Amino acid sequence: MLIKQNANLRAWLYQALFIIGVIGTCWLLTDTLLENLARQGIVTGLDFLDNNAGFGVIFSLIDYSESDSYGRVFFVGLFNTLLVAGLGILFSTILGFILGIARLSHNFLARNIASAYIGLFRNVPLLLHLFFWYFAVLQPLPGPRQSLEFMDTFFLNNRGLYVPTLIDNANTTIWQYTIGISFAAVILLFLISASKNTRKIKNNEKISKKSHAKKATSLLALTFVGILLSLFVGNPYDLDTPIFGRFNFSGGTVIIPELIALVLALSLYTAAYIAEIVRAGIESVPKGQKEAANSLGLSTSDSLRFVIIPQALRLIIPPLTNQYLNLTKNSSLAAAIAYPDLVSIFAGTVLNQTGQAVEIIGITMLVYLSISVTISLIMSLYEKKNRWNQQ
Amino acid sequence: MSTAVNRAINPIKSSFHWAHRNLFRSPIDSVITLTLCAFITWFIPPLFDWFILQATFTGEGNEQCVNDGACWIFVREFLPQFIFGFYPEESRWRLVTAVIIVIAFIGIRIVFKKKVHKFFTLTLIVSYPIIAFILLYGGVFGLAVIETHQWGGLFLTLVIATVGIAGAFPLGVALALGRQSNLPVIRAFCRLFIELWRGVPLITVLFMASVMLPLFLPQGLDIDKLLRVLICIMLFASAYLAEVIRGGLQSIPSGQQEAATALGLNYWHTMRYVVLPQALQNVIPGIVNTFIGLFKDTTLVLIVGLFDFLGIVQAAATNPQWLGHAIEGYIFAAFIFWCFCFSMSRFSLRLEQRSHLKEKPMTQPS
Repeated sequence: MLIKQNANLRAWLYQALFIIGVIGTCWLLTDTLLENLARQGIVTGLDFLDNNAGFGVIFSLIDYSESDSYGRVFFVGLFNTLLVAGLGILFSTILGFILGIARLSHNFLARNIASAYIGLFRNVPLLLHLFFWYFAVLQPLPGPRQSLEFMDTFFLNNRGLYVPTLIDNANTTIWQYTIGISFAAVILLFLISASKNTRKIKNNEKISKKSHAKKATSLLALTFVGILLSLFVGNPYDLDTPIFGRFNFSGGTVIIPELIALVLALSLYTAAYIAEIVRAGIESVPKGQKEAANSLGLSTSDSLRFVIIPQALRLIIPPLTNQYLNLTKNSSLAAAIAYPDLVSIFAGTVLNQTGQAVEIIGITMLVYLSISVTISLIMSLYEKKNRWNQQ
Repeated sequence: MSTAVNRAINPIKSSFHWAHRNLFRSPIDSVITLTLCAFITWFIPPLFDWFILQATFTGEGNEQCVNDGACWIFVREFLPQFIFGFYPEESRWRLVTAVIIVIAFIGIRIVFKKKVHKFFTLTLIVSYPIIAFILLYGGVFGLAVIETHQWGGLFLTLVIATVGIAGAFPLGVALALGRQSNLPVIRAFCRLFIELWRGVPLITVLFMASVMLPLFLPQGLDIDKLLRVLICIMLFASAYLAEVIRGGLQSIPSGQQEAATALGLNYWHTMRYVVLPQALQNVIPGIVNTFIGLFKDTTLVLIVGLFDFLGIVQAAATNPQWLGHAIEGYIFAAFIFWCFCFSMSRFSLRLEQRSHLKEKPMTQPS
């Protein structure tokens, strides 16, 4: 009777029962797990990470050989995943913004091609995009002997894209210092003028045309420094172009087809989503804002910079980060075409070799989870700050 | 009126006007237009050539495909497999029957609308999973058992997506309510559960289903691989559904809940009769969108060795007798996926617009 009357007590009772239920289930599962592992002779724990991997990886950003440990394989996979995610985010953002703006253009062709692209690419599974690029486009390419050439420096064949690399030469250091210093000076100048302009806008003062002229001059000066250097010092790097030898290319470096297919599929697919986000963001800024900015005497670029874009970005950024997260998670599709990412070599090959299913899947999930949680924490801080600004 | 007359009198002038406004408004505009025109003339004719003019439509074997264009015989030859997978030919009528029941039911609903008794609808919704299971799997009424490793193709894709979303729905509602609950422990647990599933890629979930889940089951209890995958997909989808439904719950004004409490309804009755009916109605478009996402994501099951639609296409493309026709297979698969997803997204858009129209009179002050 006491329970029926006292809502507070009842609430605590329910929760206690719930906790007992959860703990009980976990205990039961762990018990079965340990029993199964003991029977199959699998040793639990993370000791396997120190064992010798003994298999090769076709592409790695860090030094790796067959005699390295499973722990090293984990980092090879992690960096490969981050590489794909980074490249995908870069290209999908560029393409997505172009498409999103084209979707709102008054140019009939641009508008319709963009919307056809979005309609086509969003409604086909990502894995199909990936298979298309990998199995139907890149793999049937001719062999190294009949490579497709671009300007005698880029070669595309079924082993990947051969690109030239830069090699340091005697002039590299001079170039790096000079360009570094002048670049820093230009950035400083831009920052000062930006903060000045913001203050002027806040104080309802007019921005002088001079500030634009100053920026243009500084950019010109930067180019001029570059020209002077190349005239008097020489090229900053030597180019190591790939050359076809007897059987294969020597020199330069190769971008493997798996990486190309994955980046292409991820960027083309995600760009369609980003385009819709960008469109919605820009459309959400009321027409009156632009008209008001014009009537205040702001130039087109200033009204875009100080009025339209800040308001559109506030709506674009949260779903945009969500898309970046999706892209990062989707990069795990690499397993389908054997690009050596985290899932493919760690949750795939290493798991098959060691049988440590629980630890490996747990670590893999934890990696993705920590990326997601970090970004969503930053996002919630950003949203809080924005809401605070609005008040 | 005047423009119509104008157009009738001088079609050349008006089309000129249209081109100026829509294609050549400024110099940059003209450059863009010309570039895109050049792109279209470079891109479309070879594509048309490949698809239709140079393509092979009739014939029996791979040898007939001698032209440069597409070899559509490949798609025609494998079409039954694309749809039914390795389901035995003599039993395929069972799948067709299962689909016909659904279509007939929807037809009855549309034709008779209000006249259909609620009881009839409810019975069908409850009994359909059982009927479908008996038809698909067999084992009773003299139907031969068709093991799930023989399931495949578009049929398997549809099974995974629909069972996944239908199974995830009750859990999704529970999680959404739990996240809004007053009880801190339950709220925290639901939040953790949702974030956990939403933070990891589906592939790791499928790997979990195929290699990790069996370790947690007692010896002797062997769950079918498809069922394991389905369970994990349900858990995965429930987290996404929970967030969609939570959006709907938040859209209900708190006055509704207060009014229900004032009438003396308890928590469950308030949710059951007042809040959930309104919230779920609002989020139908969101649920459809989740379904579209899941439908596309089901293709990932081929990585753990199930032959869904894309898996079968991939298998057919690597058939030694039909090598070199992967593109045709992928284009066909893309077309089918596009038809499904595009029609569903249109459907959800229409529902959204309709609900906006309905809302309008309510938001106006009386």
